[in-house]
Amino acid sequence: MKSLSYRRLLFYVLTGLLAVIFVAPLLWAVISSVSPHAGTSQLNGVGFSNYLTLAGYGLGIGVYLKNSLVVSTVTVVTKLVLSSTGGYAFARYRFRGKRTLFVLVLSIMMVPYAALLIPLIVWMQTIHLQNSLVGVGLVLALFQLPFAVFMMRNSFAAVPKELEEAAFIDGCNSFSAFLRIMLPPVLPSLVTVGLFSFLAAWNDFMVSLYLLSMQHAPLPLALVNMRQQTMGVIDYGLTTAGVVVLTIPAGILFLALQKYYIKGFTSGAVKG
Amino acid sequence: MTGTRATVRRSSAERRDNQRGWAWAMPTTLFLLILFIAPVILVVVMSVSKWTLLGGDTGTNFPDNFTKVLSDPLLRQSTWFTLKYTLLTTVVLMPIALGLALLVQEARRWNNILRTAILLPSALGIASASLLFYALYSPQMGPINPILARTGLMDLSSSVLGTPGGALWATVILVVWRFAGYYMLLTMVGLQAIPADVYEAARIDGANRWNTFRSITFPLLRPTIAMTMIMSITGSLLAFEQFYILTKGGPNNSTMTVVLLIYKYAFETKKDLGMAAALSVLVLIALVVLNALQLRAMGVEDEED
Repeated sequence: MKSLSYRRLLFYVLTGLLAVIFVAPLLWAVISSVSPHAGTSQLNGVGFSNYLTLAGYGLGIGVYLKNSLVVSTVTVVTKLVLSSTGGYAFARYRFRGKRTLFVLVLSIMMVPYAALLIPLIVWMQTIHLQNSLVGVGLVLALFQLPFAVFMMRNSFAAVPKELEEAAFIDGCNSFSAFLRIMLPPVLPSLVTVGLFSFLAAWNDFMVSLYLLSMQHAPLPLALVNMRQQTMGVIDYGLTTAGVVVLTIPAGILFLALQKYYIKGFTSGAVKG
Repeated sequence: MTGTRATVRRSSAERRDNQRGWAWAMPTTLFLLILFIAPVILVVVMSVSKWTLLGGDTGTNFPDNFTKVLSDPLLRQSTWFTLKYTLLTTVVLMPIALGLALLVQEARRWNNILRTAILLPSALGIASASLLFYALYSPQMGPINPILARTGLMDLSSSVLGTPGGALWATVILVVWRFAGYYMLLTMVGLQAIPADVYEAARIDGANRWNTFRSITFPLLRPTIAMTMIMSITGSLLAFEQFYILTKGGPNNSTMTVVLLIYKYAFETKKDLGMAAALSVLVLIALVVLNALQLRAMGVEDEED
């Protein structure tokens, strides 16, 4: 009995240490971001001068945050629309070319997005989306589409057919049956798709680096650029403040929706 | 008579299904044509064209772009580095993710707190995480340097990122920190799919923890492990942000990845989109082949419809 509680204690100490290891870098970012002497190794004193400098940097942090928000909104909306309509088609209807189309969607996974950014520099110009936040949002939606369509297809397939058939008999058309009968049960999957597309878009750096100029920079791109512009002397306090600003909304959403996406993963990943 | 009517009815139902199916799939189809198929075709065209960043398309030049790329010593160097980095990341990350998942899978209060702490870095983008670790590793204010200096591994003024080995490990640590929670989550989903009665039976048979893991958990979890491993391998082979932000490929091109080389061709050293496209096509072919092999190795069956 005594040895058991001893082992329990050891377990708590070790796992506690583990938790600290994972949280420590973030905690350190918060602490150094509110330390006005962040250029040196002294982390004493508390102040928000880093945040004030960040707020006034470049075009103003408001512009970069707005850019991030536009990109994220386009990505989330596009992915929700495409993965729900596409997933529904794949789960419920037999149509010619369905298999080919499904393989095509999945093949996006096989093609590395890093390889598509070079043609997209040119192609976005052709379709009049060059240097456009909407364009970046659409490109980001593309790369996670297979995951989203696959997940929504499996979730729709798990909804009993009888529910929908009853709706048809009651006079619903395909569209209203979809909205009123099919969507509510797949809500956890929709939230999962929405959350992960938001996180991917909110945090994107690479696609914006290739496709956008600085006046359209979302926050991550602006932060990296900011670090490079101050020749020689890097303002680390400013950098950590930027990381904190970027992380807070994403972190809150990520933690608040945990229950949803764990459910979404289990219902979408296991074939229904 | 009834037979024909049934056939007619069935075929009209089929036609209706066909139309409705296409109607619902139309947005996805259009999207794919414009943003996926078109760039894939274009990258191939660009790879055989003389195409500079500012000058645009000035005619075909096959196979010049490919020969230039393949004869660049940086390509060989970056390929080796990318492979080394991929192997290292996967070997470190996979056991950690599995261990963490086994540790926190049971629904307990403390486990929930622990799980949340481990998951938290997943909310950061790879760019934010890289910026954060760039500050952590900095000789000016980061806490890592003083610790390393005390152990005598390094002097106070130099950066961990300043040596090839240091830069590699520093990046691996960053990536493990960022992705361990995410892969832990996916592994937990796989663990939950293992039926409880299998464990019940093992317990009745008197199997100990190790035996249960070896003969039940691990074999039944193999598809999940394979999936996370493929994700880790593919992701590492395409590594870009962490190296762009932490090392810029340095010191001395020692941490240059293949995807970073594409960027350099396009915007920095060559300003040559044709060369960048040629390397893109090579990466694309390599990844498609690798993915196909991995899918086959996993025994993924064709979709039946």
